[in-house]
Amino acid sequence: MKINVTINGTAYERDVEPRTLLAYFLREELGLTGTHVGCDSSSCGVCVVVLDGERAVKSCTMFAVMADGHEITTVEGLANGATLHPLQQAFWDCHGLQCGYCTPGMLMTSLVLLKNNPDPSEPEIREALAGNLCRCTGYQNIVKSVQQAARELSAQPVGS
Amino acid sequence: MFPAAFDYLSAHSVDEALAALLKHGGDARILAGGQSLIPAMRYRLARPAVLVDINPIASLAYLTETGGQLRIGAGLRDFAMEVSPVVAQRYRLIADAAAVVADPVVRQMGTVVGSLCHNDPAGDWSVVALASRAEVVVRGKDGTRVVPIDEFLVDSYTTAVAEGEMALEARFPTPSDRTSGSYQKIERKVGDFATAAAGVQFTLNADGTIANAGVAIGAAGPKATRVLEAERLLDGARPSADLFRAAAAEARKIADPAADTRGDVDYKKAMAGVLVQRGLVATLERLGGTAR
Repeated sequence: MKINVTINGTAYERDVEPRTLLAYFLREELGLTGTHVGCDSSSCGVCVVVLDGERAVKSCTMFAVMADGHEITTVEGLANGATLHPLQQAFWDCHGLQCGYCTPGMLMTSLVLLKNNPDPSEPEIREALAGNLCRCTGYQNIVKSVQQAARELSAQPVGS
Repeated sequence: MFPAAFDYLSAHSVDEALAALLKHGGDARILAGGQSLIPAMRYRLARPAVLVDINPIASLAYLTETGGQLRIGAGLRDFAMEVSPVVAQRYRLIADAAAVVADPVVRQMGTVVGSLCHNDPAGDWSVVALASRAEVVVRGKDGTRVVPIDEFLVDSYTTAVAEGEMALEARFPTPSDRTSGSYQKIERKVGDFATAAAGVQFTLNADGTIANAGVAIGAAGPKATRVLEAERLLDGARPSADLFRAAAAEARKIADPAADTRGDVDYKKAMAGVLVQRGLVATLERLGGTAR
């Protein structure tokens, strides 16, 4: 089946089998391997991407055909050239990762959180990330990273 | 694992979806959020030959309060329930549940009506729907019917939606100002299936007696279950710790959970009672009372 999907601002037209999951379409068809696959059963959140700029979704639990006509943002779409997105910079600064496997999902889930709630409390951050598992950090530094990113983003002029 | 191959049809209107269901009969399934269906297909527990995707039908993603009911379209995401001011203000039982369905990311895709149609024995919305006496609007080629939730939830993963039909809307009666509720759930971790769950709602009359009691438990049998004897005890009675204990005992009595890694049968039965009791206490507190 033919689908048209815009990923990180680039329009793609591809022929996919209906059963192809979005995570595998991104990784294997488009080579966008920044989106990871972990549990493969909707439990761990490493595969989270952003749908239409407003919803964080688990790309292992969505068919690529469901993205037809939609916009997807993956972790590759965050940085502006060599300049990291404030969320990425914050994860770097605060040591919000160790092995980095869960990080793309943490970043994309946090991106939607901060869009909906630019100044989240610590419990709100923990709650928003409750569907994203990290086996290294104990979450402490991930929460700090999101707090720093929230400060950075709210200090920036709108649209930057 | 990848799902078995299927044909994908994207519906842009309810009529289109119904035409596809009519054409493919029992081979077809509706795809809404897919947060239960897709994992089931990945585990090959479900192998529909045809998926009819209703996500493109934007007009189904509504949440309106009208005619004494909260009406939830088949396209409405769980997340929309969580952030709705109307839900937060007037529908305490629903608001409680909306914050604990699956996990926050799954809630951005999953739908309320889809969850009712999936009818998982541990599903949250089935419990809420029973306790609040919801109805589901079902449409087929012969027209539209409104099905009370007790008839809608037939058995594990089975509902009253017949071949060629689809559920369009869930309707929850608007609680009066003197009505409140509470949803209680034990889960090992966020996103796991419930170990035990209970939904409670009642009205506290001006004379201090309880009316319109709704009590239901989940993860305690093949499907979410109304605790009819608890409702009978509560209706017309004055709230007290003894009354709530007696109602909880009825839940414990009829709970029929399966032992698994989340707990054994005795533990889960006990928790069904504990959660009903906690739900009743929380509801009473929300109505300004205290159970002595």
